[in-house]
Amino acid sequence: MATRTVQFEIRRQASPDAPAVWESFELAWRAGMNVTSALMEIAGNPVTSHGCQTTPVTYDSNCLEEICGSCAMRINGRARMACSALVDNLDQPIRVEPLSKFPLVRDLQVDRSVLFENLKAVKAWVPIDGTYDLGPGPRVFPQEQEVNYPLSNCISCTCCMEACPQFNEATGFVGAATIAQVKLFNSHPTGKVLKEERLRALAGDGGIQECGFAQNCVEVCPKRIPLTNTISSVSRDVLLQKIKDFLGS
Amino acid sequence: MAAPRIIVVGGGLAGLAAVIKIAEAGGSVDLFSIVPVKRSHSVCAQGGINAAKNLKGEGDTTWKHFDDTVFGGDFLANQTPVKAMCEAAPAIIDLLDRMGVTFNRTPEGLLDFRRFGGTLYNRTAFAGATTGQQLLYALDEQVRRHESEGKVRKFEGWEFLSAVVDSKGVARGITALDLRTMELRSFAADAIILATGGIGAIFGKSTNSVVCTGSAQSAIFQQGAFYANGELIQVHPTTIPGEDKLRLMSESARGEGGRVWVPRTPGDQRPIKQIPEAERFYFLEEWYPKYGNLVPRDIATRAIHKVVYEEGLGIDGQPMVYLDLTHIDRATLNRKLEGILDIYQKFVGDDPRDIPMKIFPGMHYTMGGLWVDFGQMTNIPGIFAAGECEYQYHGANRLGANSLLSCIFGGFLAGPNALEYARNLPAAEGDGGHAAEIARQAEINLGLLTNEGTENPFKLWRELGQTMTENATVIRYNKNLRQADEKIVELLERYKKVNLADRSQWANTSFAFARQLKNMLELARVIVQGAILRDESRGAHYKPDFPERNDERFLKTTKASFTGSPEGPRFEYEEVDTQFIPPRPRSYEAAH
Repeated sequence: MATRTVQFEIRRQASPDAPAVWESFELAWRAGMNVTSALMEIAGNPVTSHGCQTTPVTYDSNCLEEICGSCAMRINGRARMACSALVDNLDQPIRVEPLSKFPLVRDLQVDRSVLFENLKAVKAWVPIDGTYDLGPGPRVFPQEQEVNYPLSNCISCTCCMEACPQFNEATGFVGAATIAQVKLFNSHPTGKVLKEERLRALAGDGGIQECGFAQNCVEVCPKRIPLTNTISSVSRDVLLQKIKDFLGS
Repeated sequence: MAAPRIIVVGGGLAGLAAVIKIAEAGGSVDLFSIVPVKRSHSVCAQGGINAAKNLKGEGDTTWKHFDDTVFGGDFLANQTPVKAMCEAAPAIIDLLDRMGVTFNRTPEGLLDFRRFGGTLYNRTAFAGATTGQQLLYALDEQVRRHESEGKVRKFEGWEFLSAVVDSKGVARGITALDLRTMELRSFAADAIILATGGIGAIFGKSTNSVVCTGSAQSAIFQQGAFYANGELIQVHPTTIPGEDKLRLMSESARGEGGRVWVPRTPGDQRPIKQIPEAERFYFLEEWYPKYGNLVPRDIATRAIHKVVYEEGLGIDGQPMVYLDLTHIDRATLNRKLEGILDIYQKFVGDDPRDIPMKIFPGMHYTMGGLWVDFGQMTNIPGIFAAGECEYQYHGANRLGANSLLSCIFGGFLAGPNALEYARNLPAAEGDGGHAAEIARQAEINLGLLTNEGTENPFKLWRELGQTMTENATVIRYNKNLRQADEKIVELLERYKKVNLADRSQWANTSFAFARQLKNMLELARVIVQGAILRDESRGAHYKPDFPERNDERFLKTTKASFTGSPEGPRFEYEEVDTQFIPPRPRSYEAAH
């Protein structure tokens, strides 16, 4: 019986300035195989399906259970996490490419630090007085926790930004992930002390009005965060803030 | 005198906790991490964090938490630091709550608590089944705030290579590798805190993340730091076997009522739901009526091994048992466990709300780690350690939901202590050893990049993982451990012929991995040889040839030091601090 195999086509690029090339790999099929395990196997035997010696593929990964947000890439055209991309659920050859909206480092590795900069810009934190013992936090009812917890599940994978037609250099749009964090911290009893600053940070160019409501973000979010509802809600808050600021000025 | 400069290596819970304390006290910090700190392995912790807040009217106290932890660790942990940790826990939970962690709540808006293994109290605060993620994010946000105020500089994408130590043996900085440009640099500091996490990669597949190689710990071990209790490795009873890793299935599944069972008839072919209650063997509940499915991890793991390998009752003859949640209603499961149920569904394909999960034990945690004093400093002056990379809080077996606590507590201690140490540090003579250390690292790098051998580092690593998993996990025999040590020596020899398929100087992951591999091999010998020498059974360390705990000979901390000789590390033993709770036999058949 012929051994069952899996075909991969991987977009390689040695450095940001180097030309991109496609390499094909053929690996033995195994039950439960995912894209990250295939990349690990290639590292152990970096030979293309044409028999050419190549280098192990450079890519980001860490937890391999879709909670650290590292291994986002385009797989068969869709932005998703490579660890939870099971080979049995994918059409072959499986085409693996880096995210396209972020500066390329090498192969499948890109620089997504823009998201962390955005989180700084919107002050995505609760401004506590200090870490010394000040007793319990404010009461939060389960109904509120159940709304906030999903927002707090964002793994910063940037799939929502990759999939968004408005996320590009022309608009400078912050993207859905950051907006969801604004919603989260504005809902917190202490965090909301910075609410106005956060909303103003989303009011200018590249802010929330760049959203074209394509709804791609919510489709690709691996954590099923209600991104479009959240954007609508924050959008209203930003508008109200603008009006307040206009009347107050 | 210039303001002290502190370097923190590692951006998981322990590292971030240290950073926050230093920044808050007016110090400035350089934070190094292989991955963006928000992607650190702490995100993988699921079930919760322990603190005796006694919000369920059970009469829980910090003393009971202390006793459960010491008893759970089979009395190998020094009691003074454990006691301090348990006493600090309620205030740590309050702080996390104030930082905005989305903990689950009671109807009255208070923190909810659930049960975990090794205790009879509801002592575990939780945020769904993604508590580690939520805690890490809370600390990450606070660090980002300090970063935006200029108190913290992040070096993300840099890997720690070694400590810079001056002629008097005092730490003066670190060397690190930029994983993108492959630049080697040294960084000066007055104190260094290592918070570099676990060592799962030494076992090949584990529940740990890719970066958990133990490379940093091993590097400073080879520079003279003691490594303590290395042989004490926790194998988690419930993991999902996978091609690339073993995915954790949190103890909280059992904390919320999950039951472990196998069909009483070997190879029972009936559909699961048609196997009647009486023909299901709930072996943990039968063997441990008081604690049931919530016995500590070492005990649950050995029970599963026994059912599968001695009684031949694994599902379909495979090394797997059921972890069953199907008797609990979907709404409750989603509210309390959704994160982990989603993981199972995504990676296995079945919905655990309808079909019992199939699980098996897998390497999860190291109780051992860098030796530190009660102030978190290693024996190299100026190098502190906190979190899983040090040995201090869990003895011979860690209780579930104590790891997040020990990370934060250890980081909170290490930060201020490092700052205090740095303030009193006399200036270095000359360059403090920087030039010499850079030269030593450059030579290692050049050797790797120009080596003309035949060995692939990833293949050597697979062999290491297989050897360690087979011989140094649940059940240990001296004969097999000796063979494992010989195998590691063989791998170290073959490592000299390692050939990198990639010699480029840009984002070369093979190169970084090859450097980690050498350190993994050296640390593997510490684990294996430490296990050979500990001729007893205690906590997670189980030898059928020595089935009893032997306090007379082994109520002692193992301390390994690097020799560079072919025989491997040197071992010595240190008395354990048992001043509060006298050691007593550890049994979970009744309340202890």
